[in-house]
Amino acid sequence: MKVIWIALLGVALLAGSAAGASKGTTINLVAYSTPKDAYGKIISAFQNTAAGNGVGFTQSYGASGDQARAVAAGQPADILNLSLDPDVDMLVKKGLVPKNWKANAHEGIVNDSVVVFVVRDGNPKHIKRWQDLIKPGVSVITPNPFTSGGARWNVMAAYGALRRQGKSDKQATQYLSKLFHHVPVQPDSARVALQVFAQGQGDVLLTYENDAIYAEKKGVHTQYQIPKATLLIETPAALTKSGLQKPAAKAFYKYLWSATAQKAFADQGYRPVLKSVAKKYHFVRPPGLFTIDSKRWGLNGWPKVNRRFFDPNNGIMARIERSLGH
Amino acid sequence: MAYLSVVVLLPLAALVWASRAGGLGDFWDQATRPEAVAALKLTLGAAAVCALVNALTGTAIAWTLVRDRFPGKGTVDAVIDLPFALPTIVAGLTLLALYGPGGPFGINIAFTRTALLFALLFVTLPFVVRAVQPVLHELDTEMEEAAASLGARPFAIFRRIVFPNLLPAILSGVALAFARAVGEFGAVVLISGNIPFKTEVSSVYIFGQLQAGNESGAAAVSVVLLVISLGVLLAIGAFRRWRTHHG
Amino acid sequence: MAKYVLRVGALGYLTVLLLVPVGMVFYRAFEHGLGPAWDAVSSPQAVHALELTLLIAAIAVPANTIFGIVLALALVRTRFPGRGLVNAIVDLPLALSPVVVGLALFLLYGRGGWLGGLADDGIKILFALPGMVLATMFVSLPFVVREVVPVLREIGIGQEQAAETLGASPLQVFRRITFPAIRWAVAYGVVLTTARCIGEFGAVSVVSGRIEGKTETLPLYVQARFEGFDTSGAYAASVVLALLAIATVVGLRAFQPREETT
Repeated sequence: MKVIWIALLGVALLAGSAAGASKGTTINLVAYSTPKDAYGKIISAFQNTAAGNGVGFTQSYGASGDQARAVAAGQPADILNLSLDPDVDMLVKKGLVPKNWKANAHEGIVNDSVVVFVVRDGNPKHIKRWQDLIKPGVSVITPNPFTSGGARWNVMAAYGALRRQGKSDKQATQYLSKLFHHVPVQPDSARVALQVFAQGQGDVLLTYENDAIYAEKKGVHTQYQIPKATLLIETPAALTKSGLQKPAAKAFYKYLWSATAQKAFADQGYRPVLKSVAKKYHFVRPPGLFTIDSKRWGLNGWPKVNRRFFDPNNGIMARIERSLGH
Repeated sequence: MAYLSVVVLLPLAALVWASRAGGLGDFWDQATRPEAVAALKLTLGAAAVCALVNALTGTAIAWTLVRDRFPGKGTVDAVIDLPFALPTIVAGLTLLALYGPGGPFGINIAFTRTALLFALLFVTLPFVVRAVQPVLHELDTEMEEAAASLGARPFAIFRRIVFPNLLPAILSGVALAFARAVGEFGAVVLISGNIPFKTEVSSVYIFGQLQAGNESGAAAVSVVLLVISLGVLLAIGAFRRWRTHHG
Repeated sequence: MAKYVLRVGALGYLTVLLLVPVGMVFYRAFEHGLGPAWDAVSSPQAVHALELTLLIAAIAVPANTIFGIVLALALVRTRFPGRGLVNAIVDLPLALSPVVVGLALFLLYGRGGWLGGLADDGIKILFALPGMVLATMFVSLPFVVREVVPVLREIGIGQEQAAETLGASPLQVFRRITFPAIRWAVAYGVVLTTARCIGEFGAVSVVSGRIEGKTETLPLYVQARFEGFDTSGAYAASVVLALLAIATVVGLRAFQPREETT
């Protein structure tokens, strides 16, 4: 057994020294899974600029929550692009990301999207409005809001849309309960939910617009409806404290808001946050768009939303999920 | 022993340590939440049924593979372990495509507890088979032949001669199947529907807790699951010893 | 007659539960022809993932095999207090969901963990090969033990004792008597361990950090392909995993003496 241990230690030391010996700067990018292809383009474009010349990258993509936990446990990360603010805030609490990470012109948001309904060809069940989702015989696919960040956007879009239609908090909550009674399967992540839908399950899938567009590009046939009232999805990027020590990482962070980078995001289906780039794309802005911070529709930002809706023990969604099994 | 400690015991100890971070009262609260209890019951129940089914089918398959002759036997023997080598996402999507609505066989068991059991049977298939096979190989056929020549019926031979010899191996495989069914994560999520109180198993519940930033809660439920599993595994071991002494 | 009922029953069960799903995976991989499937598994990233998967298996399988044989001998041939407990603990890694294995390793080797200081001394465990090997060893630990123990019980100690009285050294006894008797069990244990090592996703995914081209194993690659909607590529890579498992069985069978494969 000793031999194995010595071998393991040897491998560990080798791995350690190999990492230390690489020349030039290496930027460690840790992101959620969706923007992977866009980063491929952005990184090679960045490496052709003066600031990015000779800069190496390590890239890690995975479920947003998993990524945040890995970084908290010590995975090297200079730049983060996660799917929602609370995952970054968790790392602020651990002292790995500076408190003022939202202090830039775009408040740390690199791209936008909206919650949409992906439907079957020709929309045979005529699904256009949120109320159509809870008609008899309609089956809805959405990931589980306790394991997937994406599902939380879906839930809050539904709640906010109902409020925006003039419904009360109670009515909107009741709608959520009805909605989840139409959900036969709650996959653990947004991408798996899309795979499940593509395999023929369900009449409508709640997901991000960019995922619907990207899937279409990759040959997964999708057709989607943007409901009149829906939630603006905002995905944050942040420099970690270790990233702040590296001029190249700071330059790359800034580069994420360059026209080239924003175009790469837009080509993959995201709504660019840079107005000059957004003009060139034809994203429809639904009349009833609202954000997670919209006090008027009772959302009040992620920390409050998470506490009220997604507390795993007393949250509104926990109670709704509890009622499903009975 | 040192190997066991480093590879298994240290991580387990870290887990137990984390589960008591909030104090004993908190540990109890975390482990007795209605969802946690429902998920625990479902997980343990499904794992137990799965292990029992495996005891039967696994022994039958092992017997067929060792004692029977038929064309294609080698191929069948070679694919027994595949549920293991396939990434769970592949297993999940494939099972859903086959046995969900619109599947080629017209059976739709998706999003039910039957489906959950089905997925578990898929991922635990190799255990009993692989545990019984080597013992069957080692078992002399002379005794069986002698019994047969004395006029014993096949079933009597199996019950009196083969079965007692196979029992430790079957139990060994059953223990593995049970443990694996308790811990299985990926393959069951899709086909079971993952609905709390109905088809949500503990591993998914734990993942949800972790995602919500509740590390000690996740650890607490894992520890309860571990302790119960340990109890079941000890009982299987005790049963085997009792059978060998009194069998 | 009973034989045929058994055969039909066993094979029927296998067909429904195993062969059809596996056939489906193969079908999905090649439904768009061989070209896309081959492209998916011959890209540098896929080849690296395959090499890494094999490297991890090459460390974890022998380690667990040696450990498994030694522990099985200790459990069956010696008596020590707590034997029953050790016997049960060996199975526990399986009962732990992969996410929790990852969490446990984080708690142990992560920032602020008990052995978290190792990272500061330049010994990288997490997000590097050692962590992935440890996670793999953890989830594949029980198989060899579980396979060997029942056979050791079955064969008894008569022959071993006879050899000892004839003056054979313990090593000779093991090589000449014990090992030949348990070799089938060891072989099946190795098969299960290998299949588990190459197929493991969850725990490895958590501790690997999923760094592209560095800590990405083949199952992680499959996952990444799925996320990029390259379904046939994902299935093609799964087929490679399936073939690796089959190759293990076939390879081990080649080492078995012929007369026993009745």
